[in-house]
Amino acid sequence: MKIKKNVAVSDSGFVFNPTTGESFSVNPIGMKIVEMLKKETPTQEISNYILENYETDAPTIDKDLYDFIEMLKQYSLIEENEKA
Amino acid sequence: MEKQRYERPIIKKLESNMPNKFGMRTEYRPMTHIDNVGVKDLINEHGSPLFVISEKSVRDNIRNARKAFETRYPKVQFAWSYKTNYLDAVCRTFHQEGSWAEVVSGFEYDKAIHNGVDGSKIIFNGPDKTEDDLEKAIKNNSLIHIDHLDELYTVRKLAERMDIKAQVAIRVNMDTGIYPMWDRFGFNYENGQAWDALNKIMRSDVMELVGLHTHIGTFMLSPNAYAVAAGKMADLAIGIRDKYGHEIQYIDMGGGFASQNNLKGAYLPGTDINPTIDDFAEAITSALINSNFKPEKLPLLILETGRALIDDAAYLLGTVISNKRLSDGRRSTILDIGVNVLFTSFWYDHKITPAQPFTQHTEDTVVYGPLCMNIDVIRENISLPLLNKGDHVVIQNVGAYNMTQWMQFITLRPRIVMIDLEGNVHVVRERENLQRLLEFEKVPEHLKTFEL
Repeated sequence: MKIKKNVAVSDSGFVFNPTTGESFSVNPIGMKIVEMLKKETPTQEISNYILENYETDAPTIDKDLYDFIEMLKQYSLIEENEKA
Repeated sequence: MEKQRYERPIIKKLESNMPNKFGMRTEYRPMTHIDNVGVKDLINEHGSPLFVISEKSVRDNIRNARKAFETRYPKVQFAWSYKTNYLDAVCRTFHQEGSWAEVVSGFEYDKAIHNGVDGSKIIFNGPDKTEDDLEKAIKNNSLIHIDHLDELYTVRKLAERMDIKAQVAIRVNMDTGIYPMWDRFGFNYENGQAWDALNKIMRSDVMELVGLHTHIGTFMLSPNAYAVAAGKMADLAIGIRDKYGHEIQYIDMGGGFASQNNLKGAYLPGTDINPTIDDFAEAITSALINSNFKPEKLPLLILETGRALIDDAAYLLGTVISNKRLSDGRRSTILDIGVNVLFTSFWYDHKITPAQPFTQHTEDTVVYGPLCMNIDVIRENISLPLLNKGDHVVIQNVGAYNMTQWMQFITLRPRIVMIDLEGNVHVVRERENLQRLLEFEKVPEHLKTFEL
């Protein structure tokens, strides 16, 4: 799973989709996930990274990461031929 | 390396065209303490949800209200509206501050007596006073505010039988230029009902007309309506003086002053648009002073203010049960606070503040309560900071009506604590438990056993 190639991601938390002209804001942890997805990092690795660096637990990450990726799909920011 | 505080990842579409109904972000800093007592500590000690009353705020509010009126008018008396919050601890705080009691049922009357209020300092309002209630009130020299003619005849009959002169006033309803006009309580000013009732009282030997009472509405946003009402009350009082040579002792302007809460549908927050107690005081006292009363004969002004004195003195603490995504993409958050304990969420957009640090990021959220009922919605649209499961929130302005109109429904009613002036926390009402509820129930013999 990866973020579409033409989607622009700024360091300050803005995401721009030139295909639709839509802009998005992302919070810092969301930004980190977007960056990792851009590098095609597997979701399990993303989960592990969050678990190691944040005060939370695996079920919470599992739930929130799934929800976040669903939203990225909803906004057409993920490659269409990719399956979750 | 120390781990960072977790905030769930969010992505928010930026829209620069239409404003949406979720509005702007309203929370900028967490509410971690109430009167210097930690919210987290309160929940750990007393459970969640939890009502918290600040004694300091209650006292500050009544003192400010008294100041607003007493600096403008020579004789002022507040009477605490029991129905707004009749917890003994709250009532007694107001009584310590000099407020009389204003009650609207036999139950509330008995509660005022139980709290040690002298009968002559209890104002008895409302359309439902039983003969037993009225007998008690007549015997105790309480101020009976007659609501309808049936009650007037009952009072007259009882006073004759008891051979005691009942201390009475009538409740007057009137057109003050606002909608809706409350004409279901009392006698109408414009169509002559009020005069009809006053004539009946004045011609009776067993009733003493001591005052006039009105209560023009609730959550009033127009101080001018009170000025109109006070003017009409003064006209009535002066009419009685001229016709019968009888000076009434007081004019009771009732309550209905808005608190700083946010009414549903209001575009701007209550703190920006709702009148202050000074606005109401100015309108009422100016109307009375500018009326035809001689300065030395101004009647006592009674106020039955409830909501405006208690709403911002209480908080409801709660905990996030879960965050969910709805089918249309909206975020929803489930709290352990239901509409059964936060009854006022039906008509207010309550301010919800997280009790722990948060970032500037928010999500458009629907806030639900824990009840398995579709009506259990605390906020339909709110731009809420990101909350995790187990996080705490503080709901503000909950002092009026919630602790009297709440109900035991699906969940049990929680504990209520009061923080005193020294920061000590007192339990003022215990949480309910199953045993307590079962005490009210009886099971018929043939239903006691069953096999499945």
